[in-house]
Amino acid sequence: MTTRIVTCILCPNGCELEVGYQGEPSEETLHVDGNRCPKGKHYALDELLDPKRTLTTSVLVLGGEQPLISVKTATPISRALVSKARSEIQGAVARAPVAIGDVILANVAGTGVDVVVTRGTHLRHEHGK
Amino acid sequence: MVDSTRETDVVVIGGGPAGLAAATAAANEGADVLLVDRNVQLGGILNQCIHDGFGLHAFGKILTGPEFADRYVREALEAGVTACTDTLVSNLSRNREIICTTSGKRSRIRAKSIVLAMGCRERTRGMIQIPGTRPAGVYTAGMAQWLTNMANIRIGQRVVILGSGDIGLIMARRLTWEGAEVSAVIEKLPYPSGLARNITQCLEDYDIPLYLSHSVSYIHGRDRVEAVTVAKVDEVGEFIRRSEFRIPCDTLLLSVGLIPENELSRQAGIQIDPATSGASVDERYMTNVEGIFSCGNVLHIHDLADWAAEEGDRAGRSAAAFALGGYRSSNAAARVPISAGDGVRYVVPQSADRSTQELLLSFRVTAPRDEATICVNAGDSSLATKKLRRAHPASMVQMSVATDHPFDESGLEVRST
Ligand SMILES: Cc1cc2nc3c(=O)[nH]c(=O)nc-3n(C[C@H](O)[C@H](O)[C@H](O)COP(=O)(O)OP(=O)(O)OC[C@H]3O[C@@H](n4cnc5c(N)ncnc54)[C@H](O)[C@@H]3O)c2cc1C
Ligand code: SF4
Repeated sequence: MTTRIVTCILCPNGCELEVGYQGEPSEETLHVDGNRCPKGKHYALDELLDPKRTLTTSVLVLGGEQPLISVKTATPISRALVSKARSEIQGAVARAPVAIGDVILANVAGTGVDVVVTRGTHLRHEHGK
Repeated sequence: MVDSTRETDVVVIGGGPAGLAAATAAANEGADVLLVDRNVQLGGILNQCIHDGFGLHAFGKILTGPEFADRYVREALEAGVTACTDTLVSNLSRNREIICTTSGKRSRIRAKSIVLAMGCRERTRGMIQIPGTRPAGVYTAGMAQWLTNMANIRIGQRVVILGSGDIGLIMARRLTWEGAEVSAVIEKLPYPSGLARNITQCLEDYDIPLYLSHSVSYIHGRDRVEAVTVAKVDEVGEFIRRSEFRIPCDTLLLSVGLIPENELSRQAGIQIDPATSGASVDERYMTNVEGIFSCGNVLHIHDLADWAAEEGDRAGRSAAAFALGGYRSSNAAARVPISAGDGVRYVVPQSADRSTQELLLSFRVTAPRDEATICVNAGDSSLATKKLRRAHPASMVQMSVATDHPFDESGLEVRST
């Protein structure tokens, strides 16, 4: 039996999961204790097989009221690809106006996941009218 | 002196999640609401919190700070709230008048009721007294967050973070993603003060060491920070001799706590609870000054924006009732104190009308425990108990109390054992 402690990051409770499995970790072999909700078990399995994280960062924007907009991966991506995704996003430049939900970059780092805007900006001349 | 005067039902000062929710709730009750914020954009501190983890409680969805703020801004505007951004409130008086300034013009606003939602500010180096020179490169974590996420300014290459509060942890990951090297997070207490999930996803994911029971004893560097000396501390927070080591760095972030921003409240003679540094309020979030309410971080520090907003919602409904005449004021004799007993640092609200039938208590425990039992007692009888798995001073606890008897005249006490 292999055992591990995993902290679930899906909600502020941050349950400390006691995870145990025989052989290879899978839906069937995995035993999870300490999760206050069912999501904890899926999280534990992901954490053993392929940990996933949401990447949130900012992107330069031209002609906006603000120099930066903020963005995120639309869903969590493989943690192993976060670094690659980060450098791809760093190279991106947006053009104002940009609105919440706009796709800035499709299929980042080959994950199939889009990078979407979480805080947009108006065109600069719209300000102060 | 003032260029104009206007009147309204409810004025809400501060457009963060607490103020937005308060304004929306008051407008939905039928009040004319003016929401005033000194920033050009509504949303408060959330605009710079571009990481995710908000909204699970309020919307059942995981959102980033700006997305969470956007939802509240929309709701407020749809409810008919009038927003005055870029407007600083400089005076608040007991008779519910404020003086505010927009692009150099001063105006007076008379309100039937006022909701305070000014948020908090960060503790700074001056407040925690680290010896050494005064070089550039020392920032509060929230300031660093604003510079990085809003202003596109790089703050440094080698970073040490003092304090393991959530903002510091979030910034450790953020700066790592920006290409900086975060050498260490230093925490004076024997346990981290941020959420467990932030220790995992912000430090452990990037192998950033966390030194518990350590502090920064000296800051080196003349023009710019060059290094810090770190040393172990004992149980009473004194440095342990010969435990020092030096960490070279060009930037030191301070994530050493938040304090409610109550300058305006003091002007109006509002009583401040030393345990929270926020106003003392009753069960409807009214301060000792009739018709002035308080909610969110200006009342007590919240770790979750969701809860700040929920409190705003309650305060906003009370303020609307007060302004529109549906408010039954309780006389002093009918009010009983709510106090923090053993193991509890503070409780909000600080008092309640004896005839209250439903009460939401927010409080923090004094020390971390694996298991705790929270008891709400009134005189000799127990009104409610709750078992907590893992109680931690960094996590605010909320508990509802429902009763159909008047509270004992000795008041309520919350204790943790
Ligand atoms: C730097 C920082 C980062 C944080 N990160 C997180 C996080 O990641 N997750 C989380 O859940 N919580 C976080 N918090 C906690 C956060 O404070 C609360 O979750 C929530 O934002 C508090 O809401 P609020 O409305 O009380 O205050 P705020 O959001 O601070 O809003 C207060 C508003 O009042 C305005 N104001 C103040 N004084 C005046 C005046 N005199 N005149 C006019 N306007 C005024 C300010 O401009 C501001 O817009 C963070 C707090 C800080 C300080
Ligand atoms: S197991 Fe459920 S309750 Fe616990 S942290 Fe994960 S999502 Fe939250």
